[in-house]
Amino acid sequence: MPPVLRLIDYRVYYKTLRGYVKAVDGVNLEVEKGEILGLIGESGCGKSTLIMSLIAPKPPMKIMGGKALLGETDLTALSPGERRKILLSKLSIIPQYALDALPVIRRIKQLLVDIAKEKKMSPDQVIEKFQERIRMVGLPREVINMYPLELSGGMRQRVVIAISTMLSPDLLIADEPTSALDVTTQRQVLELLRDLRDTGIVRSLIFVTHDIASVRQIADRIAVMYAGKIVEVSGTEEIIHDPLHPYAKGLINAVPKLGINYKKKRLKGLPGQPPSLLNPPPGCRFHPRCAVATRKCMVEEPPTTRIGSRIVSCWLYSGLGDEEK
Amino acid sequence: MTGHTIKLEEVTKIFTLGILGRNKIVAVDRASFEIRTGEILSILGESGSGKSTIARMVLRLLRPSSGRILFDGRDIWRMKRWSEIKEYYRRVQGVFQDPYSSFNPRRKILDLLFDTVYNTFPEMKKNREEALKYIDETLAKVGLSIEALKDKYPHQVSGGQLQRAAIARALLPKPIFIIADEPVSMVDASTRIDILNIFIDLKEQEGVSPVVIGHDYSLAYYVSDRIIVLYRGQIVEEGAPEVLEDPLHPYTKMLKESVPMIDRKWSKKLEYSLGEITITRRRKGCIFADRCPYKKPVCEEREPPLFQVGKERVKCWLYGEK
Repeated sequence: MPPVLRLIDYRVYYKTLRGYVKAVDGVNLEVEKGEILGLIGESGCGKSTLIMSLIAPKPPMKIMGGKALLGETDLTALSPGERRKILLSKLSIIPQYALDALPVIRRIKQLLVDIAKEKKMSPDQVIEKFQERIRMVGLPREVINMYPLELSGGMRQRVVIAISTMLSPDLLIADEPTSALDVTTQRQVLELLRDLRDTGIVRSLIFVTHDIASVRQIADRIAVMYAGKIVEVSGTEEIIHDPLHPYAKGLINAVPKLGINYKKKRLKGLPGQPPSLLNPPPGCRFHPRCAVATRKCMVEEPPTTRIGSRIVSCWLYSGLGDEEK
Repeated sequence: MTGHTIKLEEVTKIFTLGILGRNKIVAVDRASFEIRTGEILSILGESGSGKSTIARMVLRLLRPSSGRILFDGRDIWRMKRWSEIKEYYRRVQGVFQDPYSSFNPRRKILDLLFDTVYNTFPEMKKNREEALKYIDETLAKVGLSIEALKDKYPHQVSGGQLQRAAIARALLPKPIFIIADEPVSMVDASTRIDILNIFIDLKEQEGVSPVVIGHDYSLAYYVSDRIIVLYRGQIVEEGAPEVLEDPLHPYTKMLKESVPMIDRKWSKKLEYSLGEITITRRRKGCIFADRCPYKKPVCEEREPPLFQVGKERVKCWLYGEK
């Protein structure tokens, strides 16, 4: 089955006075049909740039090369108008600050009418689809006549989910969908996302976060991004129990498990900081922070190795599987 | 080193909203507990639990509506002399969630640290070298150095580094207690543990006792000698860190079930009712009764006291006489 989304040597830079910031630099990634793919990394690793460039690339962001195939369509070749046409129906997003994504002083119904106009659909049709979703997310029908101001954070988040999914997109991108929510609401929203996938309303989902613990709950596979590149893609259970890339190891070990008190065991975070993407280090971009880096890592970029169903870019694994580059 | 305490006695904070103050929000509801030297106290609560309000009251930034806060027996709101109040501010320092908003963005970080030193120890003004040496020693305790901050403005360093600088600034006046309100929630997940380790080192090596306030279940377990769990302004459970592994109170149990954890996958559906939390509170009975699966008739009628169960305290009728 062809993947829902395929990124091939995808590059997105920011133009600055001092040169290009290489926020996404040669990413190869596939999102399979029916899967939830978690995309994790520290802040500044390029994950938000990656997804915003798919939804709405805006200056100073510049797509520098590669392809982003959504089904048959190459997103990099679309004009802004063509891109708007596929939003909501083929590609949709739950933005990070979904709580602020709704216009505060307009009733939700008015927003739906606007969407209908944009999509050249009848307002009744859109409202009907919205009401279908609003039932799924567990809100009363009356919400449609309310102002976003009258809703609590968790309710607003669910309204945004209902709108983002009402036209059954092929690919839904959720950018830190739970970061502003309470713990109990967080669990509800995550389970809701999984239900949307399970019932086929959303074909595939990319879940972008820095919170490994929540991505673990619902993702089928996890992609780890570091300094503009994907360094590992593995099944969720595989990567949690046996991460391959040293960066993935550090990231996962830095999250405390319940039942570890400092008196029993001192944990350690990942040393150092992510590099500047204006002048990323040569060779493997992780080598300045890597405990097992060799001379080779400092000068030569590691190849991408496929080991079974897992993909890793690290010299440690070169020769242990099929090289992709 | 002699022990010091900050004791909260039935501390309540009510915020009023609206023109005539008709809407009242009880942010903290008769909280009584002690902060002691020689231990790390962790306060765990979701947003709206009153944890930041407690921090601000202990820091003497906010006056309680009722109840007393005693520092070594003296009521901090009845201190008369400015020198006494100043001494309290010096001895009880705060570290906040967003380091970028706790530093003046127009001034260099080191200059701000010098200000703190000169304000607390005016005699150092004559000896800049000595002040510099003192700042460098303090920065070393948080894993920073003068070199790393030289000529830097707050926006030029990462959130993690600036939070370290904020801890260093809190240390400069030689405090007894540091009240840290969500100190790692804006720091990258990969470096959170290192910031928490600083608080542990401060307790073990410097004799400074931290109170770490947060919403992360596993982190609270990690960085604590004693834990208080807050729900809507009330202490519902208090005890050793192990209370989080095996909670007594139904609310803590619910938290444990719903928090995503890296070493556990959610299995069954949650059995707790997760209805939206409303602003209005129950007028009588247990504050958690509407969401509690173990609810008994008494829970709707009478408010449970904090029952002593072994070494723990828990505010739930399941653990007391009717």
